Amino acid sequence: MKYYNTLIFELSKSGRIGYSFPKNPYAKKSLDTLLPKELLRSEEAALPEVSELDIVRHYTNVSQKNFGVETGFYPLGSCTMKYNPKINEEMAGLPGFTEIHPLQPLSTLQGVLRIYDETARMLSDISGLAEFTLNPFAGAHGELTGLMIMKAYHEKRNDLKRTKVIVPDSAHGTNPASATVAGFETIVIASTADGRVNLESLKAALSDEIAGIMLTNPNTLGLFERDIVEIARLVHQAGGLLYYDGANLNALLGQVRPGDMGFDIMHINLHKTFSTPHGGGGPGSGPVGVAKALVEFLPNPRIVKHSDYYTIEDSGKAIGQISHFYGNFLNVVRAYTYLLTLGKENLKSVGGLAVLNANYVKESLKDVYELPIGSFCMHEFVFNGLKNKSTDVHTLDIAKRLLDYGVHAPTIYFPMLFEQSIMIEPTEVESKETLDHFIAMMRQVAQEALDNPEMVKTAPHTTPVRRLDEVTAARTPILTYKDATRHG
Amino acid sequence: MSIINQEVVYAPSHEWAKVQGSEATIGISDFAQHALGSVVFVDLPSVGQRFNAGQEFGAVESVKAASELFLPLSGEIIAVNEELNDKPELLNSAPYASWIVKIKLSHPEEVKKLLKPEEYAKIAK
Amino acid sequence: MFKYFPHTPEDLAAMLERVGAKSIDDLFVDIPKSIRYKKDYKVPESMSEMEIRAHMQALADANERLVVFRGAGAYDHETPSIIKPLISRQEFLTSYTPYQPEISQGTLQYIFEYQSMICELTGMDVSNASMYDGATATAEALFMAQAATKSPRMLISDLVNPEVINVVETYAHFRGLQLEKVRSLNGTLDRNHLKDLLDDGPASLLVQYPNYLGIVEDFTEVAQWVHEHQGLFIMNANPSLLSVLKTPREMGADIAVGDGQPLGIPLSFGGPYFGYLTTTTPLVRKMPGRIVGMTKDVDGKRAFVLTLQAREQHIRREKANSNICSNQSLMALFATIYVAALGKQGMIDVNTRCIQATHELYDRLIKTGAFHAAFDAPFAHEAVLLSDLDMVKLNDRLLKKGMLGGLPVKLPDSKKTGWLFAVTERRTPAQIDALVQEVEMMAHEVL
Repeated sequence: MKYYNTLIFELSKSGRIGYSFPKNPYAKKSLDTLLPKELLRSEEAALPEVSELDIVRHYTNVSQKNFGVETGFYPLGSCTMKYNPKINEEMAGLPGFTEIHPLQPLSTLQGVLRIYDETARMLSDISGLAEFTLNPFAGAHGELTGLMIMKAYHEKRNDLKRTKVIVPDSAHGTNPASATVAGFETIVIASTADGRVNLESLKAALSDEIAGIMLTNPNTLGLFERDIVEIARLVHQAGGLLYYDGANLNALLGQVRPGDMGFDIMHINLHKTFSTPHGGGGPGSGPVGVAKALVEFLPNPRIVKHSDYYTIEDSGKAIGQISHFYGNFLNVVRAYTYLLTLGKENLKSVGGLAVLNANYVKESLKDVYELPIGSFCMHEFVFNGLKNKSTDVHTLDIAKRLLDYGVHAPTIYFPMLFEQSIMIEPTEVESKETLDHFIAMMRQVAQEALDNPEMVKTAPHTTPVRRLDEVTAARTPILTYKDATRHG
Repeated sequence: MSIINQEVVYAPSHEWAKVQGSEATIGISDFAQHALGSVVFVDLPSVGQRFNAGQEFGAVESVKAASELFLPLSGEIIAVNEELNDKPELLNSAPYASWIVKIKLSHPEEVKKLLKPEEYAKIAK
Repeated sequence: MFKYFPHTPEDLAAMLERVGAKSIDDLFVDIPKSIRYKKDYKVPESMSEMEIRAHMQALADANERLVVFRGAGAYDHETPSIIKPLISRQEFLTSYTPYQPEISQGTLQYIFEYQSMICELTGMDVSNASMYDGATATAEALFMAQAATKSPRMLISDLVNPEVINVVETYAHFRGLQLEKVRSLNGTLDRNHLKDLLDDGPASLLVQYPNYLGIVEDFTEVAQWVHEHQGLFIMNANPSLLSVLKTPREMGADIAVGDGQPLGIPLSFGGPYFGYLTTTTPLVRKMPGRIVGMTKDVDGKRAFVLTLQAREQHIRREKANSNICSNQSLMALFATIYVAALGKQGMIDVNTRCIQATHELYDRLIKTGAFHAAFDAPFAHEAVLLSDLDMVKLNDRLLKKGMLGGLPVKLPDSKKTGWLFAVTERRTPAQIDALVQEVEMMAHEVL
C-alpha cells in the first residue's frame, strides 16, 4: 500500500474530456427550446474535467491505499471474509444478465427468474426453512424484512399486544436498530458468564407482549447455543417467533440447519457465507427465509415457478415491498455460481473446516491472549485483550500494530461483553501456513506489547496513513471537496 | 478518580444540577465527560420546551459513543448554552463550568431526591 | 480435495492434535444430536469452471437482450469501458467496510469523491456514502423528516413512481408514519390539493423529479409553502439529469434522494443499483448511513475517515434512526468513475442527447397519427403519450422485432392508459426509425 494524496478534483483542468460520443443527429434542438429556462440549471455543476488516462491512473493509485482479501489475511470476526471467486465475477458480467431491463416481458426473463428460483430453493434446503425472498439488499435489510414479517404475523392473528422483541446483550447493533425501524421496542436480556442466552433471564422476559426473539447461533462469541431447542420451545410456548441472524451461518454448513433448531425467520448474508464480495461496504445481499406459516407475508414482488415457466407476482397478503425491484440480482448470480462450484460434496465441509481453523488459532494463542471462554469454539472466537496487561496496551493498539505486519486487524470491541474484545474468524479458505503466519504475527505483537509498548501504542507505522484525528473530523465535519476548499 | 463538585447535586445518570431559588442550571459530571471521551456534538433542546424529571432532553456525542441527557428536575427550558454548538469540547475541559441548560423548576420538591456530592461519589468512581 | 479448501490430510492431523480433538466432528459437541444434519444438501454435484460457464451461458441465453425504449426507474445508459476494470480491482472489490481507516484510504477517498460529486449534482450540502436503492433511500428520507420535524405526517405526490410509493408505504406502516396522497392535475402536482392538505397541519412533502410520467415542474413555490407549514420538502430526483435541470437546492429542497442507476449502471435486471441521499448542513446529524469526512493523521497527512458514527446502529443500537450497515459502496464507486469519465461537459452532453432524442421520438410518434399528447407539460428524457393503438399488441409487435416498448401506465387523474417511454443516448437514429416504422405499419393496418 502506498500513500497517494490527490483528489480527482485536483487533477481537473478546464476543457479536458474523458469520454466520446457519436455525432448527435438531434444537436439542432437546443435544450432551451425543449424545456423552459426556469427549469434549467443556472450554474454548471463543478464536476472534474480529466482525461481518460488520468482517471485510470487516479483510481488505480487510490485502490493501492486499500487492503483486500486478496492482499492478505482478513480475520474479521462476524464478517466471514472468505475468497471471492473470480468465476463468480465472470458470470455476473455476462451480457445476458447485465443488459436485462427489470421491466421486460416475462417471456424474455426466464433465465434470470430461474436463477432466482433455484437459488432460493437451495438456500431453503440449506437452512431448513420453507421459502426465501432474495429481495433484501443486505443483512440489516433482511433483519428489517424479517421483523416486518413477524409483526404482520401477529397483526393477522389480531394479537396487537406483541410490541416487543427480545435481543441478547451480545447482539450485533443492527438487531435492536432493525427492531426499532420495524416499530418494535427492544428488550435486552443478559447473557451467562460464557456468553450464552441465560434461560432464566429469557423466561423472565417472555410474556404476551413479546413478538419474538432475535438470535444468532453460533452467538457473537462464536459459541453454539446448546439450549437452542429449549429456547425455541420456550419462545414458541409464549406465543413468540424466533428470528435467526444468519451472520454466523458459515459455521453450520454441513452440521445443522436453523429451521431444525426451531427458527421461524432468518436472513442470510450472501456476502458472508456465500462468497459475494464485500465491495468496501456493499453491495451485499440479505435473502430472508421463513417457515411455512409465514410464507404468505414474504415481500413483493415474488418470483413464482409454474411447472416449467416462471412469473413475477404480487400478493395482497405480503408485508408490502421492501425494494424497488428484485434486490441485488447480480449478487444472486454470484452466490448461485458459488453454490454450483462447491456442489453438494463440498458445501457440507465448509462448517467443519471453518471451525477447525478457528479452534487452531485459538489454541495457538491462548497462552499470550486472554481467552475468557475455553471450550471448543465455532467458526470464530473472542480474546479479551492480552493476558499480560501490565503495560497498558489495549486491543486498539494491537489491531493497529497488526496492520504493520500486513494482516487486516480482527474485529475489535465487539461483542461488548468483554472490555477488550478481539474477535477472530479465519474462514475455511485459509491454509495452515496462513494461520501459522498470523499466529506468529499475533505472538510478535504480544511480545512487543511487553518489550516496546510505545511502538504498539503509536502503531501503525508503515501504512499509507497513521492514526487519524477522528475528533476533529466529527467536530468540524468536512464532507465534500467544496467544504475542503472553503476550510483551506 | 473523577472530580466531584461540592456545590451541586447529582442525578444517578451523571447530570449535575445547581439550584438557585426556583431555577436550576444543568450540566454533566466529570465522570460522565471522561466516560464519553472527546465530545464532538451536543444536541440541545429549544427554549420553552418542558420535560419531566428523568426525561430525555438532549444528547451528547463523542466519536465512539452517544449518550442521552436526562433532566434531573422537572421544568421548562429558559436558556440553552449556545457556545456548546461551536465548542462542544468545553464539556470535557470544564464540565462544571460549562452548563448545558437552565430551567425553571416546576416541582422544586424534587431537589431532595437528587444525590448529594458524597452520595454521588460512591457511584462515580 | 477441493480448490477452495487448502487442508491436506497432514494439515488436518496436525491441527486436530493442536486443538485436542480426534476428528472435526468432535468440535461440534455442543450441537444437540437430535438436530444434527448430515444429509447432502439438495444442491447439484460440484461443477468445474467449464461446466459452470456452459450452464450459466445457457441461462443467460434464456433471457432476451432488447433495444430498450422503456425507463420507469431503470435507464439504459452506456457504461464507459474504464469502469469495470477499475471496480474489479480486488482492493476495491474484496475489501471490507473501512472501519480500520489506515488501510482503507482507498475506499474512504472514493466515497469522499462520490459525496462531493452527488452534492454538486443535487446542489445540496452533504451526502451519505450510499444506500440500497432509491426507493428505500426515499423511505429513510421520510424517517429523517419525522426526526427533524417531530411530525409523522407525510404528503406523497401521486406522481411518484408507484414502486417507490409501495416501498415508502411499507416502511411507513411499520414505523408509524401517516401518509396522505397529493393528487395531480394535468400531469403535475395539484397545488390546490396540496394547500388544502397543508392547512390541516404540519407535514413534509415528497415529490419526484422528473415525475413518474417524465414531466418536469418547478417546485420553488411548493417548497416555500411546505416550509411555512413546518415541514421538510423532499425531492426524489434523477441524479444524472440534475447536470442540466434546475437542482433540488435551487428549488428549496431539504432532502434530495433517489436512485443512482442512471449514472451508467447497467440494467442488471434491477440490481445492484444504489440509493443516494443528500441534505442541508443543519440536517446532517439526522442523515442515515455512513459518512466520510476529511481529516489529518498524526503526521499531518491528509486522510479520510468514517465520521459522525454516533448516529449509526453499532453505537446507537435501538436508538439509531436507521438500521443501515452495509450499503452499496462499490456502486457508489461505479458512479464516481462514471461522473469523472463524462466530466462536467460529458454529463451535460449525455443528458442533453437523451432529452433531445426523447423529444424527437415524441414528435415523430405524434406525427404518425397513432399517438397524441396526454399532457401539455415540459418533459425531459421520459414522456407519456396516449394512443388509439392497443398498447399491449403494439409492444408484442415491437418485441418480435427485438424492441422493448413503452410501459403502459394508468394515468393518475383519469382512467386512461398512457405509453411511458424513455430514449437514452444509446438509441441510434436507425433504432428510432425502426420503432416509428413499426408504429406506422400497425397504425396503417388497424386504424
